[in-house]
Amino acid sequence: MSPEPQVSVRRGAASLDLQNLRQTFGATLAVDDVSLRVEPGEIVCLLGHSGCGKTSLLRIVAGLERPDSGRVLIDGREVVGPDRFTPPEQRGVGMMFQDYALFPHLTIFENVTFGLSKLPAHKARIVAEAQLARVGLLRYSKDYPHMLSGGEQQRVALARAMAPHPGVLLMDEPFSNLDQRMRERIREETASLLREKGATAVVVTHDPEEAMQLADRIALMRAGKIVQMGTAEELYEAPQSLFAARFFCDLNEIDVVALNGRIQTPLGDFDAPAEVEDGPVTLCLRPHGIKLEPFDPSAPPPLTGVLTNRRYLGEDDLRHVQVAGLVAPLRVRGAARWRPEIGESAGLRIDPRQVLVFSRKSV
Amino acid sequence: MDSGQARRSVFGEGGDRRWLIASSCVALLVLAPLVSLILIAGRGSGDLWPHILAYVLPQALRDTAVLLLGVGVMVVTLGAGLAWLVTAYEFPGRRLFDWALLLPLATPTYIVAYAYLDLMHPIGPVQTGVRALLGLTDPRALWFPDVRTMTGCILLLSFVLYPYVYLSTRAMFLMQAGSLLEAARTLGASRTRVFFRVALPLARPAIAVGASLALMEALNDIGASEFLGVKTLSVSIYSTWINRSNLPGAAQIALAMLALVVALVLLERWARRRQRYVSQAQRARRAAPLQLTGWRAGLAIALVSTPILIGFILPAGHVANEAFKRVRFAGFSPQIGQEILNTIAIASAATVVAMALGFLVASAARLSRAPLGGALLRASSLGYAAPGTVLAIGLMTPLFALDNIIADTAESLFGISLGLLISGSGAALVYAYVARFLAISAGGVESGLAKLSPSLDHAARMLGQSAGGAMRRVQLPLIRPALGGAALLVFVDCMKELPATLLLRPLNFETLATHLYGEAARGTYEDGAVAATCIVLVGLVPVMMLARLSRRRAFAWDKNAEGAEAMARDLLLVEPAGAPDKPQGKL
Amino acid sequence: MSIASVRSKLLLAGAAFAAFVAPVSAQETVNLYTTREPGLVRPLIEAFEKKAGIKVNTVFVKEGLAERVAAEGARSPADVLMEVDIGNLVDLVNRGVAQPVKSAVLEAAVPANLRDPEGRWFALSMRARVVYASRSLGLKAISYEDLAKPEYKGKICIRSGQHSYNTALIAAVIAHYGTEKADAWLRGVKANLARKASGGDREVARDILGGICEIGVGNSYYVGLMRSGAGGPDQKKWGDAIDVLLPTLAGAGTHVNVSGAALAKNAPHRASAVKLLEWLASDEAQAIYSEGNFEYPVAKGAKVTPIIAALGELKVDPLPVADIVRNRKQASELVDKVGFDN
Repeated sequence: MSPEPQVSVRRGAASLDLQNLRQTFGATLAVDDVSLRVEPGEIVCLLGHSGCGKTSLLRIVAGLERPDSGRVLIDGREVVGPDRFTPPEQRGVGMMFQDYALFPHLTIFENVTFGLSKLPAHKARIVAEAQLARVGLLRYSKDYPHMLSGGEQQRVALARAMAPHPGVLLMDEPFSNLDQRMRERIREETASLLREKGATAVVVTHDPEEAMQLADRIALMRAGKIVQMGTAEELYEAPQSLFAARFFCDLNEIDVVALNGRIQTPLGDFDAPAEVEDGPVTLCLRPHGIKLEPFDPSAPPPLTGVLTNRRYLGEDDLRHVQVAGLVAPLRVRGAARWRPEIGESAGLRIDPRQVLVFSRKSV
Repeated sequence: MDSGQARRSVFGEGGDRRWLIASSCVALLVLAPLVSLILIAGRGSGDLWPHILAYVLPQALRDTAVLLLGVGVMVVTLGAGLAWLVTAYEFPGRRLFDWALLLPLATPTYIVAYAYLDLMHPIGPVQTGVRALLGLTDPRALWFPDVRTMTGCILLLSFVLYPYVYLSTRAMFLMQAGSLLEAARTLGASRTRVFFRVALPLARPAIAVGASLALMEALNDIGASEFLGVKTLSVSIYSTWINRSNLPGAAQIALAMLALVVALVLLERWARRRQRYVSQAQRARRAAPLQLTGWRAGLAIALVSTPILIGFILPAGHVANEAFKRVRFAGFSPQIGQEILNTIAIASAATVVAMALGFLVASAARLSRAPLGGALLRASSLGYAAPGTVLAIGLMTPLFALDNIIADTAESLFGISLGLLISGSGAALVYAYVARFLAISAGGVESGLAKLSPSLDHAARMLGQSAGGAMRRVQLPLIRPALGGAALLVFVDCMKELPATLLLRPLNFETLATHLYGEAARGTYEDGAVAATCIVLVGLVPVMMLARLSRRRAFAWDKNAEGAEAMARDLLLVEPAGAPDKPQGKL
Repeated sequence: MSIASVRSKLLLAGAAFAAFVAPVSAQETVNLYTTREPGLVRPLIEAFEKKAGIKVNTVFVKEGLAERVAAEGARSPADVLMEVDIGNLVDLVNRGVAQPVKSAVLEAAVPANLRDPEGRWFALSMRARVVYASRSLGLKAISYEDLAKPEYKGKICIRSGQHSYNTALIAAVIAHYGTEKADAWLRGVKANLARKASGGDREVARDILGGICEIGVGNSYYVGLMRSGAGGPDQKKWGDAIDVLLPTLAGAGTHVNVSGAALAKNAPHRASAVKLLEWLASDEAQAIYSEGNFEYPVAKGAKVTPIIAALGELKVDPLPVADIVRNRKQASELVDKVGFDN
């Protein structure tokens, strides 16, 4: 179908270039003018809510969907373009599916060697066994997928996708089918495996924590567009939109008005950031950015509130504090050295660096 | 979740027992003819075996093996290949072909055999036409392959029987998780390799079921293969019985053949005992079909129209043409109307009973997790593996014995003489059809039930329903499409059934098939053409309904991809591939 | 519900059902089980019903007629059993489902060699196993023995050796020559086959017209059916394409088979059944056999229809059919042994 010579099994990690990709399904715009470059050996997470187009984007790269327009280049070589569509099997791209898609009629070993058909049998065996050994499942070679636990199946899927040494590894929600505890462990294992191999990887996830743990860079997506791209720290510390800020943090939000670069709130006055114009704004406080102090009636702190609820969460406490002038209580989180009773008054200290302001017009 | 013996039902053992008892009664009903066959066989001395072993078996086994192998390879190639073509590719007319590929189901094999002998004969239309084109007059001047050969028989049977494989495999392809096929692509497999390494092996249970239906039809077929001069074991059963007046000997051969069939089926299941065919893929997003254009689309159209042409349009068209000529020559036989009614009435009655009993047996197997339930279900399906005549012969003894008991009872209780009620009323025919085709109905119900989570049963029971109530109010509505598919196939099969119908029908009762046979046996096919056309026409109705049903299901499947095994099983598969097991950790 | 009411309801239901299955009528009836094809029997029955005022219920059974009647037992509704092959007639007796009939009418009409001495079966018509030959051969006479001659190599068409028409013929060969010679003869015929032994007798004529073979074996009445045009214009062409020869066996005569009937052992309408049997041997019925079905009538003095008479005078193999049929089992086994159908 494509005049392009077949891409053979690759050795090194490849770069990935997405240029102005667009894709519609009927009336819905799934991918809206997305451009993205992934460097060799880099791990990029596509992060967003379900239906934001992140999986569609991944499938376009894999060759499982054909975009309406735009280009995809792998190692500088065009695989999708106005006149080109390289079928998935010739792209040198590996993919891990959310449901693992292990072939139920093949043994674990046969699953892993499936992608090694171009190698002679004895070499394929060596590669497959090495991969299985790396994920610690060599002893299950002769078993069938249904005989393995979810975590084991996930590792087989990873071994299978990595076995042909793809230039780019694509992972679609690779951990979502695991339970919480196993997820964290396997995520760590996977991350270290990817880094050890120096693989270029694009990982789709809806879990910000996962993205932060895995990614060199995160592409935050919304409605088919990348709304912000950067390291985990950049996205967390400097979200460019209320959406981005909300995605990473369970914020306290107060709707107020900025006037002459100043914002007056029941919590005190704040400086509006330079890029925020006067007008209606949302003031966001991270629950971790508020500290509670014992209320000393003799020297009342500038800001006080009354504790209305509290929950012990182990390493953290979650406390609700009602501040006069606010509709809803503030949520405050953090390791507590001082534990007031419900109904007790407390002083509040707000870290101004943890305060974010977004114009409501721009939301 | 198929933990069979591992889990005992938590609900009333008594209720289970009632279901099992009912199910045992049904199994008994089906097994009665086989048991009676064993008794008949036991009356024989076994002195026929030296002759059979020396002169019959070598030939008959070879012919049977070649026939089954040929038909098997052909129906799987045609059925699975066509199913893949209409699933994985998009081309003009695909939706029409999708259901038109089922049409050959409407034509009985014997009609196809007669039609092709006519069509391909040296003085038939095909050769005459070719000679006219070449300007030849002498039939001897041009050599044509003879239909009356093993090859001819294999080809004809295959082009009529492939829809069994097509139907089940297509359904299986539709429900295969797209991610499996996509995963194969990203692992470097071309579309062709995906088909052979992933899609096809995953469809193996469906192919096995479809192929075994087709092969049992081929094995038990007397009409076509006898007419075309192929000597299978079934034909040997006949000559032993008819020409040597040795019914016990015939029963012995029939039982040996039945044992062989059962062994083959078990062997196939054993060979894949460790594999699972259902992935845990939850979102069964279907892989997008590839749009074909230009000569590729043309090729696809040619490929899918050929079997429709060979298996349906040519033979049915020929028979219809003959019927037209006959009606013009000799008028319309007044009995045909009555025969159509008889055919529909008896096939409908048998379908209803077969579905009800099939539901009972399959439900009992599901409700009682004891192995007995499953064993009864399998036993109830045995009737399909025996040739129709042999089953009918076996059935006569217990049937008429029962009939006489009923008559005796009626006389002693009420003092009225009823005569033979069951055989006199056509109930015997219903019994024979049910005994023969229960495999289809029970299998359809079983596969429909297999995709329902057992928690549904449990939820209904917790909400105060009895086992039967749960079946009626929860399971039954949920598996309606599966039931519909199975019912339609049972109906078509009953309508085409010949040997048991001939042997067991009441006085003055003609169906289309018996009428046709009567004419064909006399050699007056032309008089049978009208009946043959009617069989095809009546058979078309359920086939079209079946096609509509499968399309609707496919559509529903596209829209809401719910879990598991759905459609292949819905549209009739005799066995479940084993419900998806919950992952059980080894950690 | 009381027992009595259950009982009366059952009774009612039973009666209603009985009424449904067997419409009660004052008319005399007789039940006929037949392996003769309905198309051949219908004209006979319609004539009988008109003449005798007795309604005939029929069921056409292919194989297993004797088994069915035996299984039905004492309550079998069967009155008259009609068969198309001498072997099957004898089987009725052997299975014990036929009973003797003493009828002066039948004994007068049917020659002694064409009925059971004890009256348990009566032949009603005869058909000769004749040779169809391509006109191009210009044959004037032939014997069954000739069919094994090497000069006919690749020229013979015949239906399956296991068909009762052929096993009866082979049984006759055995009766005349013994098994060993019959074996050699059958191998000779097998070696001469132009195609697989398959299909029906009329395919033989068609295949001769189609140039597949030049000579074949078939029953006499098919010639009548084809040549009369009753099967349509195509079949008339087939019939006209062949010469029909009445072959001889051991120089003695032509092999014939019979169709016939018997009185069922538990016949519920015995009197009507005997009336039907007697009528079937009557001149009127024999004429239908002859003119409608193109068979040779058995009754003394009954006329052969002109199309069949034109085949020449039938000289029947003098060995009694009942003796020939005893060799049927060996004949069938010989077919297997020789691999005739393979």
